[in-house]
Amino acid sequence: MGQLFQVHNLTKRFGGLTAINNLTFEVEEKEIFSIIGPNGAGKSTVFNCINGLYKPEEGTMLFKKQDLVGKRPDQIASLGIARTFQNLELFANMTTLDNLMLGRHKAMKAGIFSIAGLSIRRSPAAREEMANRRKVEEIIDFLELESARDVYVANLPYGKQKLVELGRALAMEPELILLDEPAAGLTQEEKEEMIYSIRDIRDLLGITVILIEHNMQMVKYISDRILAINFGKMITCGDVEDVLNHPEVISAYLGEETEEDVNTINE
Amino acid sequence: MRDLKTDYFEDIQLFRNKVQLFWCVVLLLFLFSYPFLVKAYYLTVFNLMAVNIIVALGLNLLIGNTGQISLGHAGFVAIGAYTTVLLLKSGVPFIVALIAAAIAAGFFGLLLGIPSLKLEGPYLAIATLAFGLAVTIIIGRMDFLGGRMGFSVPKINLTWTGLNYDRSLYYVILIITIISVFVARNILKSRIGRSFQAIRDSDIAASAIGVNITRYKLYSFAISAFYAGVAGSLWALYLGFINPTLFTFILSINFLAIVVIGGLGFITGSILGAVVMTYLNLQLQNVPDIPVIGPLLQQFSEAFMMPTGITNISWVLTGLILILIVLFEPLGLYGIWLRIRIYWKRWPF
Repeated sequence: MGQLFQVHNLTKRFGGLTAINNLTFEVEEKEIFSIIGPNGAGKSTVFNCINGLYKPEEGTMLFKKQDLVGKRPDQIASLGIARTFQNLELFANMTTLDNLMLGRHKAMKAGIFSIAGLSIRRSPAAREEMANRRKVEEIIDFLELESARDVYVANLPYGKQKLVELGRALAMEPELILLDEPAAGLTQEEKEEMIYSIRDIRDLLGITVILIEHNMQMVKYISDRILAINFGKMITCGDVEDVLNHPEVISAYLGEETEEDVNTINE
Repeated sequence: MRDLKTDYFEDIQLFRNKVQLFWCVVLLLFLFSYPFLVKAYYLTVFNLMAVNIIVALGLNLLIGNTGQISLGHAGFVAIGAYTTVLLLKSGVPFIVALIAAAIAAGFFGLLLGIPSLKLEGPYLAIATLAFGLAVTIIIGRMDFLGGRMGFSVPKINLTWTGLNYDRSLYYVILIITIISVFVARNILKSRIGRSFQAIRDSDIAASAIGVNITRYKLYSFAISAFYAGVAGSLWALYLGFINPTLFTFILSINFLAIVVIGGLGFITGSILGAVVMTYLNLQLQNVPDIPVIGPLLQQFSEAFMMPTGITNISWVLTGLILILIVLFEPLGLYGIWLRIRIYWKRWPF
């Protein structure tokens, strides 16, 4: 297995605040790679840099030997990187089907001059539309979204909306998928389903996954390797057990025991 | 079980089922026999409706589907109208003039789209408003465009149809309107239309799935202006004269009102809005003839607004309708239409 994605010395500043500080990590092909860290550690900022929404000040991000720095989000998307968002960025006034069809946007070519043919069954535009529709149906089947197909996304329950967003990312047939807190706000059952879906994405579809997650149980259960960051800096990176038992990781999550705390407890 | 789908093509085909096809054929039969059923005045009414439909289709694509705003569409209509007249005067055949007018308007739409890449909401509204105002002022200052007096539009040669001029013109406008509706509908069903809606709902997500926001925003502005150009071309043709005062700021607002009242984001909405608003605008001019209420309204208007009277009343009523629609039926006339359809489908329950 080769390396699919390398981040080298990534630095992102917002004015005086350094959100990401000299971050370096690699992601292997077909692994589930988790990024953990307390709130405000810069996890989503890493995604926004990879995805092109933010422009990092320093560093390189090599995806299949191409540097992503300076590319537009849509260019990065067409290289084969898909993502979901922490607070859902869905096309709320469109149906599930249209949301997923939008995931096929890059795979389709029909331009303004060929759309008149859309009404003719054998025209290239109509055939392209139907072929991509078939792909979308496969994803609807994969995520069991049949009941939501023709429903406006705004009217779907939160758990289903999360799945639609995942489906939209999958519809792009990416090689790398960035999942920003896929289990946040889900019920226990939905969380379990989400875990199976993410596993299937890797095992059945062969897509590499980078995951941001707060739910440690899930991270522990699902990840191949973990990167822990705090204040934009890497704490440690490596195998699941090593990272989760790392003293700095524990203190970053639970807070450090100060002398004062000990005194309070003793009293 | 009429709506059970068995084929992916059914989602993109023109008519959802035989019932819809039947009613469309009925409507077309009516429209094509219309000139032989009514007086010439009602041909003008239809022409005006058709022009408004075409502008509304384009504007709805921009406002309702892409989520951008334009308060300057009268400017594009003016560009379309003037381009057509200039070309007709120099002896170019109408079909070429029409396409050139649409392309010219589309080009200016593209230019106006550039600020939309940086500006949003109220800022874009002001920028487009300024464009609309500038176009009429510039045209008014150019002598070769007829200046403030404007100029008359040469009649095109339609004798080959074997009908009188008014009727042939009606058919020309009807056919172009049908094509416009068809194209707009297919744009919305295609990946281009979906991208527009993606930009409207979430531009971050749209870019993350690979939609080139710059390109599609410009597309939207250009297509929208293209439609306005076509409409301007046809409008000049049946009015017979044009001058800059036709293309006022109020006209742009009227287009906006049509789209909002009709139903943002829906083609049926554009059509319903244009038909109803055109009809209302014409009918409201007859308000003084209504017994009791008419003179009262006129007195009221003359006392509290402008002495010219009745145009104000029509605007007050338009405003009132706009407020009521936004309050009670956000989907506009299209929403009402939907409810009627659902009611009949479920009848007698």
